[in-house]
Amino acid sequence: MNKRYSQLFTSLEERNEGAFVPFVTIGDPNLATSLEVIKALIDGGADALELGIPYSDPIADGPTIQKANIRALDAKVKPKDCFEILKAVREYNADIPIGLLLYSNLVFAKGIDAFYAQCAAVGVDSVLVADVPARESSLFRDAAKQHSIDAIFIAPPNGTKASLQRVAEYGSGYTYLLSRAGVTGTETEAAMPVDTIIKTLNDYNAPPTLLGFGISKPEHVKTAIKAGAHGAISGSAVVKLIENNLDNAEKMVSEIKSFVAAMKEATKASS
Amino acid sequence: MTKHLDAYFGEFGGMYVPELLVPALEQLEQEFIASQEDPEFKKEFEQLLAEYAGRPTPLTLTRNFSPNPLAKIYLKREDLLHGGAHKTNQVLGQALLTKRMGKKRVIAETGAGQHGVATALACALLGLECRIYMGAKDCERQQPNVFRMKLMGAEVIPVDAGSGTLKDAVNEALRDWSANYEDSHYLLGTAAGPHPFPTLVREFQKMIGEEAKEQIIKAEGKLPDYVVACVGGGSNAIGMFADFIDEKDVKLVGVEPGGHGLSTLKHGATICKGTKGVLHGAITYIMQDEDGQIEESYSVSAGLDYPAVGPQHAYLHSTGRAEYVAATDEEALEAFQKLCRCEGIIPALESSHALAHGYKLAKAADKETIIVINLSGRGDKDLAHVHRVLEQGGHYE
Ligand SMILES: Cc1ncc(COP(=O)(O)O)c(C=O)c1O
Repeated sequence: MNKRYSQLFTSLEERNEGAFVPFVTIGDPNLATSLEVIKALIDGGADALELGIPYSDPIADGPTIQKANIRALDAKVKPKDCFEILKAVREYNADIPIGLLLYSNLVFAKGIDAFYAQCAAVGVDSVLVADVPARESSLFRDAAKQHSIDAIFIAPPNGTKASLQRVAEYGSGYTYLLSRAGVTGTETEAAMPVDTIIKTLNDYNAPPTLLGFGISKPEHVKTAIKAGAHGAISGSAVVKLIENNLDNAEKMVSEIKSFVAAMKEATKASS
Repeated sequence: MTKHLDAYFGEFGGMYVPELLVPALEQLEQEFIASQEDPEFKKEFEQLLAEYAGRPTPLTLTRNFSPNPLAKIYLKREDLLHGGAHKTNQVLGQALLTKRMGKKRVIAETGAGQHGVATALACALLGLECRIYMGAKDCERQQPNVFRMKLMGAEVIPVDAGSGTLKDAVNEALRDWSANYEDSHYLLGTAAGPHPFPTLVREFQKMIGEEAKEQIIKAEGKLPDYVVACVGGGSNAIGMFADFIDEKDVKLVGVEPGGHGLSTLKHGATICKGTKGVLHGAITYIMQDEDGQIEESYSVSAGLDYPAVGPQHAYLHSTGRAEYVAATDEEALEAFQKLCRCEGIIPALESSHALAHGYKLAKAADKETIIVINLSGRGDKDLAHVHRVLEQGGHYE
């Protein structure tokens, strides 16, 4: 729908690499540090970014990302602050695809169309609304289309053929493939293999698949790509590095950068 | 062609959940539809209601509670149901559905602990494994119910996150369900949440109103002027209202928790004061700030302390078919004590909100008026809490 994801996947294919996409919550642990953290993700070699807007009731998230939401809310981070950060990130890097991952009430509160307009204005490429499944998505897809934002859908491990077909049809940019049931977190490792789901999605011409949930080690990234995914998303493992270094922002940023570099390295065929 | 139920009540309702939970909710919808066409299922449900839970419950004409000789106040006695509240009705229905789906484990959230107790007893009876999530603050104000659940074999998990009340317990239950839907059923405790829960819970609670209608016609030869029920998530109220919705002359009144008063920030009156949004899977009225962050609700009664409401109530409000008002903590505590003294019945604090408003309606009546109040539960669980609050001069923070 817009070009950054397709350009990314084309160039990765030419280089015979997969994508590594880290997730953090914007404003965790506070606005200033958060911008440094996001820059570190880019500097570490992230292929795309997945960023959350803090929310009071993140039902799809496990303890680690719940705490990230609480830290940001305690730091009084508001959605409008998040859009400022997004603007700054886009100024820092013009090409990296930026995805938003958030909950529906934050979209409703703003008005669906106004929300997507704001995303487009700051250079966001995609939006994934964690609690809007394909069957409830029509208003969200319309608004996304209107503003040339990619609508991301989740392909669950329990998806029927019909539901995977719907995900393939509705989504653009990439497909968020779940490695397992449950909520986000490294407590439960990714439960591969997902080869059959990937094959079904490919048969339906779904957008490229990124595997997420429980991805915390370079081996997970390798296995994901070997299984046919176009890349992997890692959230809680990155957020843990924020949590572990709350009193030392410099160390936080440098650990995050090295973590991203190591995960990115694992996307390369020669590694 | 597969049959489906309507997921919306006007603009309210829907299934706003992670994609992962959609198959589980769609399975539940299908199983519910099939069960409604299965005479064996209906027979077992009705038998459990009659022989185990004690239905039908009586409709009692109060002798001394009404302040006005023109107004007759009747109580629908869900307090006499096994388990101590209306919750047992729909829990038995959902527990039977759990067995039908071949699932072995049940997850539930609870606020006052009444839904937890009802779930625990049904699981003990039907041989299901049972885990209850309960806000840490609620565990504290409803101690006896925590012990009851444990006695009946349930595992009770206190939830510290957020406000430590019902909303946070629901979040935790949803997270558990996301990981375990293959073998677990989420036995949601009220007529809120994602489709099909609001419909399914109403259908498993609507005998309250059906019985009450028959009973009042038998007693008075006519329909009542008012039907009054308290509204937390909305299950006892929708169970009471459902069979009266088409009786246009019967006024339906839902009573929300007014806490310290609607002009303060400490209340849980989502329809009276909330705005449209999504919480726990449905578009409905919720308590939120301008950015869409959910605000904490407040009530002296744990069972009404919830910042959303069932989508059918949001709809009945929007069409004007039902009216929603609030009773404050103080008014509820007063009605609680009044019913004890006047009738020898100790009501649940939740139900006391409905009593408080019913009392007001009776007082204001200038012609013969019949008021039916759903006494949704008994107050045994509240004794220590009310004792403490009254010792503090009737004020609860
Ligand atoms: C006795 C009683 N009444 C009412 C409620 C409120 O729930 P609902 O609005 O679903 O009836 C509760 C909830 O715990 C309860 O225990």
